[in-house]
Parts: sequence; C-alpha cells; structure tokens
Amino acid sequence: MSWVLGDSVPMTAYITLSAVLFLLGVVGVLVRRNAIIIFMSIELMLNAANLALVTFASFLNQTAGQVFVFFVMAVAAAEVAVGLAIIVNVFRARQTVYVDEVNLLKG
Amino acid sequence: MTPIFFLLFAAVAVFSALMVVLQRNPVASALYLVLSFCSLAGLYVLLHAPFLAAVQVIVYAGAIMVLFLFVIMLLNLRKDVEAGVHRTARQLFGWLLGLVLAAQLYLLLRAPWGLGPQGQEPAEAVQAVGNTQAIGLRLYTDYLLPFEVTSIVLLVAIVGAVVLSLRQGKHEGIEEAP
Repeated sequence: MSWVLGDSVPMTAYITLSAVLFLLGVVGVLVRRNAIIIFMSIELMLNAANLALVTFASFLNQTAGQVFVFFVMAVAAAEVAVGLAIIVNVFRARQTVYVDEVNLLKG
Repeated sequence: MTPIFFLLFAAVAVFSALMVVLQRNPVASALYLVLSFCSLAGLYVLLHAPFLAAVQVIVYAGAIMVLFLFVIMLLNLRKDVEAGVHRTARQLFGWLLGLVLAAQLYLLLRAPWGLGPQGQEPAEAVQAVGNTQAIGLRLYTDYLLPFEVTSIVLLVAIVGAVVLSLRQGKHEGIEEAP
C-alpha cells in the first residue's frame, strides 16, 4: 500500500477492485431472489469485466481494450432490453418476479 | 493526487455495489447501482479513457438504469420481504460460494503475474490526437466487422423486445394465469 502516497496507482489495485466488484455481483445473483436485482448484479459483473479491460488497455498502451468495452456496453444494452421484457412477461403470467416462485416446471 | 481519487472512487464503487445486493427496496438498489456506475466512470477518467467515462454515464447510468427504474415502477414492486423457500439455506449457500470465489481470487492475485508485450499507443500519444478519435480509428478500421455485427445484435434486441411485449392472444402462446 506504499503507492497511496505516490502519484500513480499500480495495476494490481485496479484488478483487485475489479475482482471485488465481480464478487459482489456473483453474491447478488446467488443470494437475492428478485429477478430485477439479479439482473442488476449481472450488470455489476459486466462492469467489473469492463474495468479490467480498461485497466489492461491503459497499462499496455493500447486502445483495443477500450474498443472491447464499447462492444460489451452494446451487448449489455441489448441484454437489458430483452431481459426486462422477459421479466415483464413473467410478471404478467405469474404476478411475481421472485425466481423461487416461478416453479411451473417443478415436478 | 491520483491515488487519493482512486481510493475515493473505489470506496464509493464497492460500497454502492454492496448496497445493491443488501438493499431490500428495488428502487434504492437501482439508485445505488447508478452511483456505482458513476464512480466507475471516474475510474475510467483516471485510466486515461475519458470517452468511455462519458459513454458509461450516458449509456449505463442514463439509458439502462432508466429502463430498470421504469420496469420496477411499472411492476409496482414492494419491499422484498425475502421469505421464499429455503431462505436461510439459499443465503448461506450464496455467501459461502462467494467466500470460495474470494479465496480463489485472492490466490490468483497473490501469485506473480506479468503483462504481455506493450502496445504502440501510450497515453500521451493518444491524448495528442484525442481519445475519441483514437478509439474511432480503431473501431472503423481493425474492428469494423465486430462493429457491424454489434448493430445486428442491437437490431435483434429491438425486434425481440417488441415481440415479447406484444399482447398474446387467448388462442396462442402462454396461457394467462388464473
């Protein structure tokens, strides 16, 4: 942690932050049962991956990593549009967004 | 100065991500997610990616989160009572798996690891032509095909969202709940 007093942040700090954010996203998906919160946690994981991509792009002197982040954002936007439409449809059919109450296929 | 801003943005990002998971009220969760996205945009600025920071705020914090809030308010969700089946077992299992993943990430980050070959675009050179122009040049030359495929993905998403939100007739599709 000696870099705190310096004037630059090491790459490991950014990657660790990215790992922590990804971890919180995973826990959110596993712990919560509200489908919309699960969706937000997936967005959190995508953002953690984006942070890792931008970090590597910056520390490797390349812009290609930033272009990939651009693609990830486009795919995330598409995913949210379709996913939220599915959640709304599930709510219309079952009157709930809690994933453990959507158990039509359970024997 | 950079480490201070890094610590500030990192603390806000981690705290708000934690609150997204812990908040019972979905609207509060969504607003904490906006805060998390904004602090990530600050980190992008620290990493010499101002264009992505702007896109992060406009696309994520603007467009995507508005969609989330719209759906939350459309469905009129109350506070999550977190009852449900096997509540304690599910939560215990979730946090336990998260702990396992944390241990794995710790071992991964503790081990020595190196970077690949350096690229040809240091931050100063990119800043000289402008970050947006440098990304645009890459996007429309080396990554033109992925860019076009992305537009098809977005088109499919638009068509899919419209088809999903069409009201289905009584004689076709999913049976309405009683």
